[in-house]
Amino acid sequence: MVELRETSPCAGLLPVTLGSVTVEELTPGPMTSLCVFGDASEMSAALEKAHGMGWPAPNRSTGKDGARAIWFGRGEVMLVGVSPDAALRKAGAIVDQSDGWAVVSVRGAAAVDVLARLVPVDLRGSVFKRGQTARTQVGHMPASITRTGAEAFMIMVFRSMAGTLVHDLKEAMAAVAARG
Amino acid sequence: MRIDCPLCGARDRREFYYQGAAVMLARPAPDAGEAAWDAYLHLRDNPAGQTRELWQHEAGCGAWLMVTRDTVSHVISGVEMAEDVKRAAL
Repeated sequence: MVELRETSPCAGLLPVTLGSVTVEELTPGPMTSLCVFGDASEMSAALEKAHGMGWPAPNRSTGKDGARAIWFGRGEVMLVGVSPDAALRKAGAIVDQSDGWAVVSVRGAAAVDVLARLVPVDLRGSVFKRGQTARTQVGHMPASITRTGAEAFMIMVFRSMAGTLVHDLKEAMAAVAARG
Repeated sequence: MRIDCPLCGARDRREFYYQGAAVMLARPAPDAGEAAWDAYLHLRDNPAGQTRELWQHEAGCGAWLMVTRDTVSHVISGVEMAEDVKRAAL
């Protein structure tokens, strides 16, 4: 019997520090997409009861480090860090996506300047506060970006794009660092 | 050019995919006849002025949007969820 070895999406690529910005891979554990068929009230109640998190409004996330519910699109939320309770299965479509996403943290004083070079959304702290999230692009990649702290973001892209994400981030980090 | 997505807020044009005139929201009945289906599939107006179009917020929330745009000035005067437009018409 062949034993397959588990490899994380960014293995061998991260961590990287350039200037004041550090990019590290996160391994948040189970990732599950929750999709409701229309009304979200049943799913919201089940999520609150089982995991203590509300159903996030568009562009918002609920929960905290270790267990988050991140708004992921129209009628869709990504539950990150905990396995979904069986009660959620009655309220919508529940799909395990744990192996499908590369997840990184970008943090440091200039993190927002690095992302400004890649992302067509204003991520400055005055308009994009902790817990806010956006489905947008990093370069040409579809991504989910969530602010996790005053100088910290969590970025998710499809696992197949992990190499490109790290490459693009490193280029932007080098350019920002070069400006001193 | 920016489009004001009802879910995500105002976003850059690069996040959106353009589908075409919003005729897809008015699909004829299966027995509507050849002329109606021919018009639905092949015949498009080419207005100089206000037009209703379908766009998808492809790199964002994924929603289909009905955008009212002026083809002369490119001014976007309205953005609605295609879902809502369709439900209202039923």
